[in-house]
Amino acid sequence: MRNLWLFISKYNAFFFFIIFFIVSIILIVRNNSFQRAGVLNSSNKMIGQAYERLNQFQSYLSLAQVNDSLAAENARLRSELKTAFFDDSVVQKTVKDTAARQQYAYIVARVVNNSVHQKNNYLTINRGKKHGINKGMGVICTSGIVGIVKDVSDDFATVTSLLNSDTRISASIAESQAFGSLVWGEGNYNPQMALLQDIPNHIIVKKGQHVVTSGYSTLFPSGLPIGRVSGTRNQSGESFPDIIVRLNTDFATLQYVYVIRNVFAMEKENLEAISKNNDE
Amino acid sequence: MSRVIIINAIRFIVLIFIQAFLLKNIGYYNLSTPFIYILFILLLPFETPNWLLFPLAFLTGLTVDAFYNTPGLNAAACSVLAFVRTIFINITVQRQGFENEPEPKLGIMGFRWFFFYTIILTLFHHLTLIFLEAFSFSSIKYTLIRFLFCSLFTIFLILISEFIFFRKKER
Repeated sequence: MRNLWLFISKYNAFFFFIIFFIVSIILIVRNNSFQRAGVLNSSNKMIGQAYERLNQFQSYLSLAQVNDSLAAENARLRSELKTAFFDDSVVQKTVKDTAARQQYAYIVARVVNNSVHQKNNYLTINRGKKHGINKGMGVICTSGIVGIVKDVSDDFATVTSLLNSDTRISASIAESQAFGSLVWGEGNYNPQMALLQDIPNHIIVKKGQHVVTSGYSTLFPSGLPIGRVSGTRNQSGESFPDIIVRLNTDFATLQYVYVIRNVFAMEKENLEAISKNNDE
Repeated sequence: MSRVIIINAIRFIVLIFIQAFLLKNIGYYNLSTPFIYILFILLLPFETPNWLLFPLAFLTGLTVDAFYNTPGLNAAACSVLAFVRTIFINITVQRQGFENEPEPKLGIMGFRWFFFYTIILTLFHHLTLIFLEAFSFSSIKYTLIRFLFCSLFTIFLILISEFIFFRKKER
């Protein structure tokens, strides 16, 4: 304490200066409108900048929610696409699309578990029974198809990935309309490649042709892109060469997927149930 | 002692009077307005203690502010002036010399010392004053020119007035 007093008295001029200068500054700012406006403006500017920084930071934090909402919107838009409607133009060719009935609905889901390096790969998504997902539904993503729903719990569902030796998906070559089934495995464990089988020998397959879903299965609407032909694995003497397809979907970075709900699936099931009852 | 007080009081009144009623109306456009009232703080005796010097400087500034309608502006500048004055005197004047040289006047301290004393103190005072008045760096060129011209005018007037009341060393 004594030292403090000594220090203050030694540099008393400085402390006097500080005191009186601060008092005058306060007087200036309080009483002179121009300077007051200056102080207020600059502080407003500073505060504004601080808020802006904070806002930037906060918007970064909320990226996840923004992503979710965008993906949800994508799903909604997808369900308004032409391919999502049941095409009954054979009967009502001139009728406008008010008569079109929704055949496919898309449910957005986040991939919460994923693998690509196993022999049989599965995904887990964060949508389940509550959200209307049932066993056997098709799963796609923005760039291509992903797989088929395998098991469903209340909130989650497991998806048999395309990268699974059990998966067989009806696919066709867009240019030639030849159809076969897309498989993975069978000596090919590259997560970027799949095999298109059962394309007959006489169909000329060129590198770079598009492989799309055929629409013969009830899982996927027709015309969804799967990948491109990258070559053939011609085993001599076979009438069905394996066509190597480079997949559009990058399974390793999968984030959001869409589960396809075929609205007419229920109708079909009911129909099948009736015929089953009739059998008994 | 009482003589010193009376002389300083008269000087205070006269300088404030000149500043408020004469120099307020004198100026080279908006560029140059002299502030000769700081001569009062400049000429306070060496022995003035700090606890007296600072309030006096502050009050002087505040009085001028009252006339100029700018509360605090000149007071802040005068606080700076008083602070610079204590530093300057600490550096340049020996403490023992206070008995024979009681006041920082031209006739007593010599022209060279008084010249630098005036210039440095005036520059600091005007720097504070002009920049607090402008209160922004947006028109820095104008502010600097104004600062320069004001300082020149003030220094000129202070030196002139000191030459008028010039008295050779009184012993």
